[in-house]
Amino acid sequence: MQVTVEIYRQDAETGASRFDTFIREVDPKDRVLDVMMEIKDQDDGSIAFRKSCGHGVCGSDAMMINGINRLACQTLIQDLKGSLIRIEPLKGLKVLRDLIVDMDPFLASLQKVTPYFIPKTTAPVREQKQSIAERQIFDDTTKCIMCGACTSSCPSYWSNGEYLGPATFVKAHRFIFDSRDGGDAERIEALDDRDGLWRCHSIFNCTDACPRDIKITQAISELKRYIVARR
Amino acid sequence: MILHTLFEQCLKHEVRFFNEFYVLDMMVDDTACHGVVAYELATGEVQVFQAKAVFFGTGGYGRVFSITSNAHALTGDGMAMAFRRGLPLEDMEFVQFHPTGLRKLGILVSEAARGEGGILRNREDLDNIGSGKDGFMAAVAPTVKDLAPRDMVSRAIYNEIQAGRGIEGSGDTGSDYVYLDLVHLGADVINTKLPDISHFARKYLAVEPITEPIPVQPTAHYAMGGLPTDLDGRVLRDSKNTPVNGLYAAGEVACVSVHGANRLGTNSLVDIVVFGRRAGRDMTRYLKTAELGHIDPEPDAFIRGEIDRLQKGGGQENVATLRIEMQKVMMSRSGVYRNEENLTIARNTILELRERYRQVGVGDQSPYYNTELVEAIELGFLLDVAWTIAESALQRTESRGAHSRVDYPDRDDENWLKHTFITMAGENEVRFDFKPVSITKFQPKPRVY
Ligand SMILES: Cc1cc2nc3c(=O)[nH]c(=O)nc-3n(C[C@H](O)[C@H](O)[C@H](O)COP(=O)(O)OP(=O)(O)OC[C@H]3O[C@@H](n4cnc5c(N)ncnc54)[C@H](O)[C@@H]3O)c2cc1C
Ligand code: FES
Repeated sequence: MQVTVEIYRQDAETGASRFDTFIREVDPKDRVLDVMMEIKDQDDGSIAFRKSCGHGVCGSDAMMINGINRLACQTLIQDLKGSLIRIEPLKGLKVLRDLIVDMDPFLASLQKVTPYFIPKTTAPVREQKQSIAERQIFDDTTKCIMCGACTSSCPSYWSNGEYLGPATFVKAHRFIFDSRDGGDAERIEALDDRDGLWRCHSIFNCTDACPRDIKITQAISELKRYIVARR
Repeated sequence: MILHTLFEQCLKHEVRFFNEFYVLDMMVDDTACHGVVAYELATGEVQVFQAKAVFFGTGGYGRVFSITSNAHALTGDGMAMAFRRGLPLEDMEFVQFHPTGLRKLGILVSEAARGEGGILRNREDLDNIGSGKDGFMAAVAPTVKDLAPRDMVSRAIYNEIQAGRGIEGSGDTGSDYVYLDLVHLGADVINTKLPDISHFARKYLAVEPITEPIPVQPTAHYAMGGLPTDLDGRVLRDSKNTPVNGLYAAGEVACVSVHGANRLGTNSLVDIVVFGRRAGRDMTRYLKTAELGHIDPEPDAFIRGEIDRLQKGGGQENVATLRIEMQKVMMSRSGVYRNEENLTIARNTILELRERYRQVGVGDQSPYYNTELVEAIELGFLLDVAWTIAESALQRTESRGAHSRVDYPDRDDENWLKHTFITMAGENEVRFDFKPVSITKFQPKPRVY
């Protein structure tokens, strides 16, 4: 089938932007990333975008495709139901060039919730066992690949870049609900804040955008309940 | 999970990251490594990192082949840099092809699928889909059937295709494929025990594994060879175990050779955890007394020259064209099955492509986020690595592990119980040295299943 691909372009120096249009013959089962790479190989090598694993594991190619945040490597042409494909950078993060956005604020937000395992005991332990049921409680939030699709789909984040954002909550959830972790105090201080959980209005954009199908809004409400219960 | 845990622990320990810096050269002299030269994607600047010790963990080179499970970033950079700087690469002929990559895409369908009872089927076996009856592997490996080692299953699939029993029956190993049948396992097992695999099949091929078989073909998966190291991750400059002071490597870029000629599934991560740690420990020991070495006045001159030539040299060759030609010739002639004629063609084609690479031009003149330039540089690395694979495979006149020579089908311990060391000896010349294999507990013996 024939598709029209419109790709957002932005000059790194001047910030001037435009859409470039390419007409391509594709297979409906081709992936958007493959089509973009073909355009880059054959039509215009200067189109800048990130990619690596090519199968939804590394999280580097999240972008807005026909208005929805998704991974280009995981989106088939036939998923888009039409012959017009419009590719734009993630919203709410500064565009550095074309489809490449500045992920630094996103990573900085993550840092605020102490995003690493803090053992409950200081005694040296070789192995801390966990039951299947204990593990299930936070299994969903371990699936995050930090692609940024959720945070950059959130209207609360667009209006306030200081807001921690859903991806950071997912990371916090992964540790707070881990039976072996003892770092609640530090994390909750950041979460229970003006720019923390309470800015989430359960709009569900994040859950819809997540390429790993993590139930993000649910994880956020679990965190909210946990914090209220602790007060 | 391992990757995220590593990242989190680095944050905890305040490791300083240089995100999107591409290392393009290493500074090594006759005694030691003194740092690296890197290209900063954000600014286009070439930066020199002088260091007392350097650790390479740049991974494998799957992108040498047209069908691979590996990420786009896996272009053999670390191996190519060392090779260009006159260091040897070990056992480059041993390339693991995983039997079950998603058709055309190469995305990995892991052993879990066959571990749970998945069965490979050819076109004469379509009536048995969903029956749970044996497939073609039963004749190849009567005891373990579909759970035979990766290399054997990959060869068996190629044999089916070559005999015209691929699903399309074209006999062309590049485009044909077989089926992986999970249907008899039922929805429960498929959904709860194989969530990733079923997700991939649904997402990428729009195939429903509960009711339909999954089209698969062998996919380039793992590099057994790489930078020779000792048990402490120290990179060796020759087959006599002389270390390059301050240069360390572990993981897929390295060849500590725990995997021999054919890695077993799940062992790569064990290798990384064990030898990454050992290398780190040895580095801290080394750093206690090491001094900053003497470096060239212009250590980045070579890389600057390359970037200049690619961007400003007016070359007319296209990166994608050369890359696709390389990937095709390596897949079809230096892949699962090899022989002298094919390997010679592969080697000669790679040498021609290296020649044409000098005429490559990059259209994008911007210094900022110039991914076209990076891809051009990566192609240079890929071509050098492809060259070492083809040359090493050509000289090993036996079949061992993942290296399967149709013209020398047997393992030949008398002549070939040794590691290959390949070194650049001139623009188009290589030199070989060998190192005996150390055998401890497990004696090599024929693999019969
Ligand atoms: C799909 C898939 C599934 C697998 N499953 C398993 C499994 O279940 N069990 C198992 O044991 N093994 C498995 N393997 C193999 C294993 O994952 C790899 O061998 C392993 O990840 C290699 O780790 P590494 O740290 O050596 O390199 P990698 O994890 O490949 O990391 C290399 C890093 O170096 C970076 N890099 C490369 N070049 C440069 C440069 N020039 N400058 C800067 N950075 C650079 C890359 O961007 C990358 O981040 C699998 C492999 C694949 C592809
Ligand atoms: S390229 Fe890695 S997630 Fe898409």
